[in-house]
Amino acid sequence: MKPRGRLLGFYAALVFLFLHLPLLTLAVFSFNASRFTVWQGFSLAWYRAIFHDPDLMESAANSVVIALAATLISVAAGTLCAYALWKRRSRLISAGLYLSLVTPEIVTGVSLLALFQWAFRWLGWRLGLHSVILAHVAFSLAYVVIVVAARLRTLSPTLEEAAMDLGATEWQAFREVTLPLLLPGIAAGALLVLTVSFDDYVITSMVAGVDSQTLPMVIYAMARRGASPVINAISALIVVFFGALILVSERLAHAAEKLS
Amino acid sequence: MSRLRSWFLVPAWLWMGGLFAAPFAIVLAYSFLTRGAYGGLDLPWTLESYQRLADPLYLSILLRSFLMAAAATAICLVLAFPLALFISRSGRRRNLYLQLVILPFWSSFLVRLYAWLFLLRDTGLINTALQALHLIREPLPLLYNDGAVLLGLVYGYLPFMVLPIYATLERLDPALLEAAADLGARPFSALWRVTVPLSAPGIRAGVILVFIPCLGAYLTPDLLGGGRSVMIGNLVQNQFTTARDWPFGAAVSVALMAVVTLLVVLFLRRGEEAL
Repeated sequence: MKPRGRLLGFYAALVFLFLHLPLLTLAVFSFNASRFTVWQGFSLAWYRAIFHDPDLMESAANSVVIALAATLISVAAGTLCAYALWKRRSRLISAGLYLSLVTPEIVTGVSLLALFQWAFRWLGWRLGLHSVILAHVAFSLAYVVIVVAARLRTLSPTLEEAAMDLGATEWQAFREVTLPLLLPGIAAGALLVLTVSFDDYVITSMVAGVDSQTLPMVIYAMARRGASPVINAISALIVVFFGALILVSERLAHAAEKLS
Repeated sequence: MSRLRSWFLVPAWLWMGGLFAAPFAIVLAYSFLTRGAYGGLDLPWTLESYQRLADPLYLSILLRSFLMAAAATAICLVLAFPLALFISRSGRRRNLYLQLVILPFWSSFLVRLYAWLFLLRDTGLINTALQALHLIREPLPLLYNDGAVLLGLVYGYLPFMVLPIYATLERLDPALLEAAADLGARPFSALWRVTVPLSAPGIRAGVILVFIPCLGAYLTPDLLGGGRSVMIGNLVQNQFTTARDWPFGAAVSVALMAVVTLLVVLFLRRGEEAL
């Protein structure tokens, strides 16, 4: 038993190394003084370079605006949808949500591009932040519905029935009873949409206009041009930022669970 | 009662119509049109784009995508099953190990691909280190081949395989393994004849969760294959951008969606539904 367990542990350690070593080395070399992959001492020059690069700063601002707007819309629409499906199922909407989840990103990207080109010709609009936000809502709605639906399944319908027996209207039962209990699920859904929206390259690159470059698009273009420690630095910042966001939110979720 | 529900479904229906069905209907329509003289769309309606899928050049791309996705799925399974088993047996450290699996998945997909670009390119860390140690003189061609793409796919989707397998292993009753041991099964035989069959739902979910995104992968072959390891996703993107042959790009998209939908329907018939 023992040596077998140790073998399994060794194997698991190797897989963990495979998962984490690439990102760790990437982060380590973001502090390298040289622009080449030879260690020549510690430096923060590449981090300073991020903040002096107007492309990076502007695209990061775009990404934040897009992620916040897409999250707001998806979370509102997705929560209402999950609640409605909890009351009574709709095979058609569930099927649509499932299919949207498994649709390859590039197919979503080209079909939204086809739609926007066709619709915007009628409307006289151009591709821009609004088309990117719509596209992000298109692929992230299903995430919110699934996360909120998972939370709803832990609730008993008798809570709302009790509220309505006591004179609450349907709306009040939803607003005062169910919605507060859904908050952890809604927060988890919002976090998920924030991260996938901020990260998306494939769909965004198809539907973005010239003035709506996002951070992943700029990083992609830089990576294509060649290695630059600036990409290492911005990558490290992104990983640390989202890692911290996830850890903090999980701590908060744990604390909230304990309180209730 | 159901009036509130109807109102609540309005945004979802708008999404269904405007952002899900309409774009796909347009692509479906385009796939039956003819490519215009300057890359636009033209009548007549035709099946020509679908017939071109049988062209050996495109057929080889489709076949390669299937093989790559299948290979990536198989490697993920080999890496993920022992890891999931290890996590399910590690008692109080379970959550920590699970976090370690999920954490890279939360960080940017693009960043994770760039990490491999950083390691594998000619002036990357691996080649620089090997040259510094005088093990090689010329940089090894680690990047821009099928192997690099496979590596990227496995790296990108491994958590999708670990998590569902772990979920079934965690629910496994340890008494079953004790029973197997009492009846004389050696640990490996108990693993093979008790644990593996009972974790089949997790394995099935993991296989579908890895295979589908790998089949439609675009960014991984684009960055790590560099045009030398083209998959279906790159073919679609190329037809809609550089080649400007929207009808053919649309036909490839429709074919890809048909395969993905078929796989999901086959999988869902087995009864796992979340919504």
